[in-house]
Amino acid sequence: MRFGVVVFPGSNCDADCHHVVDRVLGQPVEYLWHGDKQLKEIDCLILPGGFSYGDYLRTGAIARFSPLMDSVREFAEQGGLVLGICNGFQILTEMGLLPGALIRNPSLQFQCQEVHLRVERNDTPFTLCYAPRQVVKIPIAHAEGCYVADRDTLDLLEREGRVIFRYSSPAGEITAEANPNGSLRNIAGIINEKGNVLGMMPHPERCAETIMGGLDGLRLFESLVKWREEGGAR
Amino acid sequence: MKDGHWRELGLSDDEYQRIIVLLGREPNEVELGMFSVMWSEHCSYKNSKPVLKMFPTSGPRIIQGPGENAGVVDIGDGQAVVFKIESHNHPSAIEPYQGAATGVGGIVRDVFTMGARPIALLDSLRFGSLKKSKRSRYLFNGVVAGIAGYGNCIGIPTVGGEVYFHPSYEDNCLVNVMCVGLIDRQDLAKGTAAGPGNPVMVVGSRTGRDGIHGATFASEELNESSEEKRPAVQVGDPFMEKLLLEACLELIKTGWVIGMQDMGAAGLTSSSCEMASRAGTGIDMDIAKVPRRETAMTPYEIMLSESQERMLVVVKQGKEEEVRNIFARWGLEAVVVGRVTDDGYLTVREGERVVARVPAKALTDSCPVYEREARKPAYLLQAQEYDLGSLPEMEDYSNSLLTLLSTPTIASKEWVYRQYDYMVGLNTVIGPGAADAAVLRIKGSKKGIAVTTDCNSRYVYLDPYRGGQIAVAEAARNLACAGALPLAVTDCLNFGNPEKPEIFWQFKEAVAGMSEACRVLETPVTGGNVSFYNETRGEAIYPTPVVGMIGLIEDLDRVSTLAFKNDGDIVILLGQNKDELGASLYLSVIHGLEAGRPPEINLQMEKLVQRTVLELIKEGLVTASHDCAEGGLAVALAESCIAGGIGADIILNEPLRASSLLFGETQSRIIIATPKDRVDETLNRLKASGVPYKVLGNVGGTELNITGSGWKVRLEVETMAEKYRGAIPCIMSS
Repeated sequence: MRFGVVVFPGSNCDADCHHVVDRVLGQPVEYLWHGDKQLKEIDCLILPGGFSYGDYLRTGAIARFSPLMDSVREFAEQGGLVLGICNGFQILTEMGLLPGALIRNPSLQFQCQEVHLRVERNDTPFTLCYAPRQVVKIPIAHAEGCYVADRDTLDLLEREGRVIFRYSSPAGEITAEANPNGSLRNIAGIINEKGNVLGMMPHPERCAETIMGGLDGLRLFESLVKWREEGGAR
Repeated sequence: MKDGHWRELGLSDDEYQRIIVLLGREPNEVELGMFSVMWSEHCSYKNSKPVLKMFPTSGPRIIQGPGENAGVVDIGDGQAVVFKIESHNHPSAIEPYQGAATGVGGIVRDVFTMGARPIALLDSLRFGSLKKSKRSRYLFNGVVAGIAGYGNCIGIPTVGGEVYFHPSYEDNCLVNVMCVGLIDRQDLAKGTAAGPGNPVMVVGSRTGRDGIHGATFASEELNESSEEKRPAVQVGDPFMEKLLLEACLELIKTGWVIGMQDMGAAGLTSSSCEMASRAGTGIDMDIAKVPRRETAMTPYEIMLSESQERMLVVVKQGKEEEVRNIFARWGLEAVVVGRVTDDGYLTVREGERVVARVPAKALTDSCPVYEREARKPAYLLQAQEYDLGSLPEMEDYSNSLLTLLSTPTIASKEWVYRQYDYMVGLNTVIGPGAADAAVLRIKGSKKGIAVTTDCNSRYVYLDPYRGGQIAVAEAARNLACAGALPLAVTDCLNFGNPEKPEIFWQFKEAVAGMSEACRVLETPVTGGNVSFYNETRGEAIYPTPVVGMIGLIEDLDRVSTLAFKNDGDIVILLGQNKDELGASLYLSVIHGLEAGRPPEINLQMEKLVQRTVLELIKEGLVTASHDCAEGGLAVALAESCIAGGIGADIILNEPLRASSLLFGETQSRIIIATPKDRVDETLNRLKASGVPYKVLGNVGGTELNITGSGWKVRLEVETMAEKYRGAIPCIMSS
């Protein structure tokens, strides 16, 4: 399965995603320069974390205008798998590929910490390798991770089963205490209508090796490979 | 020259005369400005050089010692670690966010200038009383936010450091930032302008009027008018730095780079004259070609601007276009501003007009060096001889322990490091707060490096020599506790005004003590930074020589953290308890006393204890390890319990008073936990090592119980954890 990692000038988790796909997952992976127009031949595209253009304006607000993004949109609309992590999630909402927005944490601080997530569905390309309602531990690292959307949108997401990850207690309860950033309905990750575009604030690439503190994040990458092997295609 | 104008720029009359002799004429305004920054203490080390000579600077693993942009240490397999620490105290005391942020930016450039990819940052911070001072809370908040804002954006994890609170830093906070980079030895670049005819290029940000005379500002005391120097504080742009970092590393890989240097303090002036001076060449440049972001800048302003995120690069002739292309890809400018010459002169033109012409070495090597007068301060005798024998013992040591755990200097720093991205890069094996040092892996190998910064300034204040020794010893001990062999030091020497003999004495003594410890512990000094004039209204900070140290881990499967882990593990103390309460945090917090002498230290014993714990960790006999530092044995035990969420039963039946046993800060002590079924093996090894040791008890339960003869400490781990973790958030949210 061929992966591509988009590199914006201020991406800083691009190399980490590349490392996990290449060295841990053992799949072919290439960097995709934001300034190029054409995507290379890939099956899954990763929008990595970082500060795409410094993010002095709204996070991700400038990245959506990168030359590459037209191809990314086309790729997504044709059913290509897109994984947006952290800044990648923010960019996906700015592009309108996912609904809602990510705003400042109520703490007004950058927060780097491990959080627990409940996997709400394990029948998506991104979550096949998780057990139903499994609780996983994956770190967050962001200042703007508070997910917001209007009520109708939130209801729609719930109705269509598009909330994939929710901040939870270690036991899987969805509580205010377990919510690190005030995200509405504890939302940590959502997919689009077609189910091929996932945006999430936590960083699965940061827990994909035992020495890095666990394998909960690796399962997400493995899910993508498994989904493809089982016949999922664009 | 207007009479005495040089004094406003921080030059003495003698220094001005010396400039006239060197030039054979009076300097013009631009030249005087250049001399004033290059001859500031910050750039010239004119007050500290003779003392710094005491440091051991060479060793089998040292590839680059002091004198370059950063130190370089061999870690085998063709790889090296590049590291350095630097202060940004005065800017941070005036404008905490930008001051700290640009402190990060500057030190990061020092490391990637050498061709290394930065892989970690550490911050050694000091502020006034957090509880009592609103200003300290403001500075603390701003500095941490500034470090986070800059470090997180450029994608270098902030993995460790230290934070102390003490009234002596009330108006003059300390912000020392250390950066660690990794490099293949063959890619090592230096800051030289060799090869006459080679192009000299300015790359990165455009030049503005910010930070003019920042280096001069850093070399004087803070006072009421310091606020007016806010314009001397630079403004950081981490996004630009990230672009510059990637472009420079890409450039280095091409092999076209002759030399490269950050335009940090003293900007274009320092980078050009230092690069020429190192190579024994000259540089002829036209500053009209320097890209600017403001109009009508004078040559003086261009030469002295400290605008951030800029580099001066000398590349091989004929490669100009290729270099421009690399930078253009990252959206950056790279402009040829001049050429290397063979005349030894730094010639600065604006178009056709020569605006400055100075021998490069006059700016760097000809700066006067001062042998300052040193005099033992009067306060010392009284403070050292304070009779601690008559101190009353407490009725309830459980309470004392809780008080210490909630003292901001000891309390959990999670409030701080949660704001730092300490994971980006996927190298952080042990992050902040989990062990005595942070541990980073070297991808593609079993190896790792451990990093730490340390200094107990109360010790240095009460005995600079011993305090200096202990600062080095503790840093090395912290590395050993994490499972690393200490390799080398970078230091940040923060002191008051060196023109005062008492301050200079502190400086000299501290460096002498550090030097001895570095020799015995085999950790040479590879460079660092001297920060003098840390005074406000004539009051100096506590002398604070911060030690940044790196160590090597051969096998990452054999590292150690401080948390107690398994019910039934046996707790052993390496080292000996003594009746030493002098200079302790306990005295300061519980009795309001900063007196006595700091604990004694035997460096040979220290080394033996460190090597022994390291060996035990390598053998897999250690499930937890933690050194006894501020707050002594009791705080160390409590921290291991809190981190593990598990209790311990400890017996301390020694004929020492309870306060000393619990809270004394006797050196060369480490607590370890060892599995019950391997305790014999551990004890046999300890016997053979010659290190004094004592079995203290075992891990288990939900309480920390420490039983002495006639006294007892008994606390629920959860109660301790609440105090320990809640202290700083509670103060900061009030």
